Amino acid sequence: MAELGIIQEPGILTTLGLGSCVGVILYDRVVKTGGLAHIMLPSSKQIKNNENKAKFADTGIQLLLDRMLTTGCNKSSIIAKIAGGSQMFLFQNDNDMMKIGQKNVVATKEMLNLLRIPIIAEDTGGNYGRTIEFHTTDGRLVIKTIGHGVHEI
Amino acid sequence: MDLSIENLNNLHLDVLQEIGNIGAGNAVTALANMINKKVDMDVPSVKILNFSDISAILGGEEIVVSGVYFGITGDIEGNIMFLLDIESAKTLINILMGRDNKTEILDEMDKSALQEIGNILSGAYISSLSSLTGLDIKISVPSLCIDMAGAILSVPAIQFGHTGDKVLLVETVLQDGDNMVTGNFLLIPETSSFPTLLNSLGVYI
Repeated sequence: MAELGIIQEPGILTTLGLGSCVGVILYDRVVKTGGLAHIMLPSSKQIKNNENKAKFADTGIQLLLDRMLTTGCNKSSIIAKIAGGSQMFLFQNDNDMMKIGQKNVVATKEMLNLLRIPIIAEDTGGNYGRTIEFHTTDGRLVIKTIGHGVHEI
Repeated sequence: MDLSIENLNNLHLDVLQEIGNIGAGNAVTALANMINKKVDMDVPSVKILNFSDISAILGGEEIVVSGVYFGITGDIEGNIMFLLDIESAKTLINILMGRDNKTEILDEMDKSALQEIGNILSGAYISSLSSLTGLDIKISVPSLCIDMAGAILSVPAIQFGHTGDKVLLVETVLQDGDNMVTGNFLLIPETSSFPTLLNSLGVYI
């Protein structure tokens, strides 16, 4: 949670039990390097304590992209896949705090759009957790859930 | 005055632990009465964790757990979570429903019973806390989620993500006399409520 990592082919990037957080995969299809950021909150801008860049959609995705570029990735061949952002607990008098999953997804998409990185697949929303596994060899993102099956995007 | 998790001293932690003690004692009694069995509790512990370590308290990110979650409002703000690993949840439901054979699938009735158990325990926890400290505390309608521990615990982690990189939980482990049901009761106060909680037991910062 609030962390990021990069791996070169052949390798698998995993994050276990994603809830309202969003897992962002950046993948260079040519050099086959993958990066994963585990985003907790939409924006670093309204928060005083924002030193941990990996925690936020805006700074976390930028940091992941920068790291990938320094390892020899080319921005024009980078694509994105995103998963997570669910709402684990449903409340009748829904306040803003509870819709954080949805906000994380929106902010993630905005940031990727700003960086002009195409999102080629997503599995977001719902009210269940996801374990995600990204395979750098073929760019598959495997999503495992409890009671909602296993699938690939 | 603002008090961040990093600035809490041992006296502050002792007070938070005592707050857990007050609440959990009453909650354990409520559970024992409900299932008509002896229920033990460990001394509550105050845990300050990194986000990545939060799931470890339940045994790992992918362990399936039942979580009942409440918001707390009033003089203090925060959340309460009552967690049971899935086997404990099934056992508890079977005891309550008077069933001999263990069901593998929890139906809507079972889920609503789990929610109600959480409601009774949290009510007991908060009412004793409220009467001892004199704080006015209300809890919201409960919400139940059965899923991976990591996903469920991301909810309080995000709550703390707004103010820092650590999570503070007042954890109490409950266990019935036959060791068949083990649950965790978590009080998760907002950082902004630390001074009020400490003051309520006579510690001023």
